[in-house]
Amino acid sequence: MQFWIIQTLNSLALGGLLFLLSAGFSLIFGLMRIANLTHGALFMLGAYVGVTILRVVPDLWLAALLGGLLVAAFGGLLERFILRALAGNALGQVLVTLGVAFIIADFCLIVWGGDPIPVPTPEYLRRPLIVAGVAFPTYRLVVIGIAIVTAIVLHLLMERTRLGAMIRAGVDDMQMARAVGIPVSRLFTIVFCLGSALAGAGGIIGGPILSAYPGLDFEMLPLALIIVILGGVGSLVGAFVGSFIIGFIYTFGSALLPDLAYVILFLPMIFVIAFRPRGLFGRLGT
Amino acid sequence: MTEALSLSGVNALYGDSHVLHEVSFSLSAGRVLALLGRNGAGKTTCMNAIIGFLPPRDGRISLFGEPIARLSPEAISRRGIGLVPQGRRIFPTLTVRENLVVARQLRPGTARPWTLERVSELFPRLQERQQQPAGSLSGGEQQMLAIGRALMGNPRVLLMDEPSEGLAPRIVAEVGQTIARLKKEGLSIVLVEQNIKLAFGLADDVVMLNTGRVAFSGGVDALRNDEATLTQHLGVF
Ligand SMILES: Nc1ncnc2c1ncn2[C@@H]1O[C@H](COP(=O)(O)OP(=O)(O)OP(=O)(O)O)[C@@H](O)[C@H]1O
Ligand SMILES: [Mg+2]
Repeated sequence: MQFWIIQTLNSLALGGLLFLLSAGFSLIFGLMRIANLTHGALFMLGAYVGVTILRVVPDLWLAALLGGLLVAAFGGLLERFILRALAGNALGQVLVTLGVAFIIADFCLIVWGGDPIPVPTPEYLRRPLIVAGVAFPTYRLVVIGIAIVTAIVLHLLMERTRLGAMIRAGVDDMQMARAVGIPVSRLFTIVFCLGSALAGAGGIIGGPILSAYPGLDFEMLPLALIIVILGGVGSLVGAFVGSFIIGFIYTFGSALLPDLAYVILFLPMIFVIAFRPRGLFGRLGT
Repeated sequence: MTEALSLSGVNALYGDSHVLHEVSFSLSAGRVLALLGRNGAGKTTCMNAIIGFLPPRDGRISLFGEPIARLSPEAISRRGIGLVPQGRRIFPTLTVRENLVVARQLRPGTARPWTLERVSELFPRLQERQQQPAGSLSGGEQQMLAIGRALMGNPRVLLMDEPSEGLAPRIVAEVGQTIARLKKEGLSIVLVEQNIKLAFGLADDVVMLNTGRVAFSGGVDALRNDEATLTQHLGVF
C-alpha cells in the first residue's frame, strides 16, 4: 500500500516538474516553430544556479525566483542575439540551441564539478504528512501544488488576456498575425523568457527531489519532447496532461520494469506520432 | 489629389520565379482602385509586396509619401495598411472577439476610430457570435470578420483581396454594400476582384495586370464599355 501511494506521489511530483519544463517548451515550439534543445540545459542551469544562490540566501522559494529570473535573462539574450539572427532558418536555430545546450553543460561541469550536488528540502517541509496512518512526503505535495497553480496562471494568461490571444494568433497564422500589427518578434522574446524562467525555476524546485548533477539536462530534454509530441505542440492543456502521463510512466516504469524504462516511455510517443500526429490536444501538425 | 499608396517599378520574385515586372500604379486618397487580372496574373503577389510578405527586389512603395518597401509586415501594418487577405485567414482557434481585439490599433488623429462597438454595429452577425471560435463561422461570416479585423487596425489604406470569392450572391451584395460604406467614410481602398460587376460598381480607377505586368491603368468609365481590352486581359464578356 505504502509503495503504491509513494510511487503515485512521486509520479505526480515528477509530472509537476515536467510541466514546469514542458509548458515553456511547448509554447516556444508552437509559436516559433523550433524545438528549443537548450530547454533541458536551462532546467539544469536553474538547478545549479539555485545551489549557488542557496549558499547566499537560504530560502528555496527566493532562490527559485532569482534563479528563474537569471535563466529568463539568459534565454532572452539567446533569443534576441542568436536565434533572431537566424530567423527563417529553423534547422539553423535548432542546431544552435543544441550547441548552446552543450556549452551550458560544459560550463556547469567547470563551475560546479562532476559530483551530484544535493539540494536540501526546506526544514519545515521535511516532516511527512500523516493522514489515516499513511505518510505523505510533504515536499512532493507542495511541488504538485506549485505545478497546478502555475498551470492555472498560465492558462489565464493565455486564454484571458490580450497578450495570450496575440500569442495564440501567432501560433494560428504567424504571417497574418504580423499583418494585423501584432509585434511577433517581441512575443518571441517574451515567450522565450517565460519558458526559460519556468525551466530554470523548475530546476531549482526539483532540486530536493532530483538534485543537481551533470547529465540532468539530457535526461529532461527527451521527456519534454515526448510530452509535447504526446500533448500537442503549443497546447498548454496538452503539456499538462502529457506531463502527468509521462510522470507516471517514467516513475512506475523505472520501479517495476527498470530494463524497459525507455521502451515504455517512447512507445506511446511512437503511437501518437503514427495515429494522431497533432497530439492529444494539439492544433498544429508537426 | 493626395497619393495614398503608390508603387513604382516594383519587381517581385518567389525564389527564381519573377512574378511582378516593373509594376507601377497609384491610389488616390479616398478612392477605390480595382486591381483586376486573370488567375495567376499577380494580384495577390502585389498585395504580398505591399504588406511586406514578399519584399520587392527593387522599386518603391510609399504610403502617403513615406517609403515602406523594406519594412516588416508588422511595421507596415502599424504605418496604416490593413489587409483583408485572399482566403480570409482569420485566426480559427481564437474567438470572434479575440480576432478583433488582437488587431486593435489606435491611430492618433483618426476622426472616428474603429472600435469593437463600431465593428459590431457594422456586422451585427459577428456580435451574436462573439464568443464562438472563428473557425466555426460560415464563409460569409469569416469574410466579415476578416474585414472587421482589418478595420480594427484603423488603416489609412485598406487592401482587399477577392472579398467576394466563394460567397453566395446575397452575401456578395452585402460585402459590396460594406465596401461602399467604407468608401463613403473616406477610406482609400485597393480592391482585387474577379467579380467584375462588383468591382465596376465600386471602383473609381482600374489597374489590370497581365502576367505580372500592368496592362491597363485608368478611370473605370473608360473601361466599362471597352470590351476589347476586357476580353484581352480578363477573358470576360
Ligand atoms: N508562394 C509562391 N511561390 C512560387 N510561385 C508563386 C507563389 N505564389 C504565387 N506564385 C505564382 O505567382 C504567379 C502569380 O500568383 P498570384 O497568386 O499573385 O496570382 P493572382 O492574380 O492572385 O491569382 P488568383 O486570381 O488565382 O488569386 C502565379 O504564376 C503563381 O503560380
Ligand atoms: Mg490571388
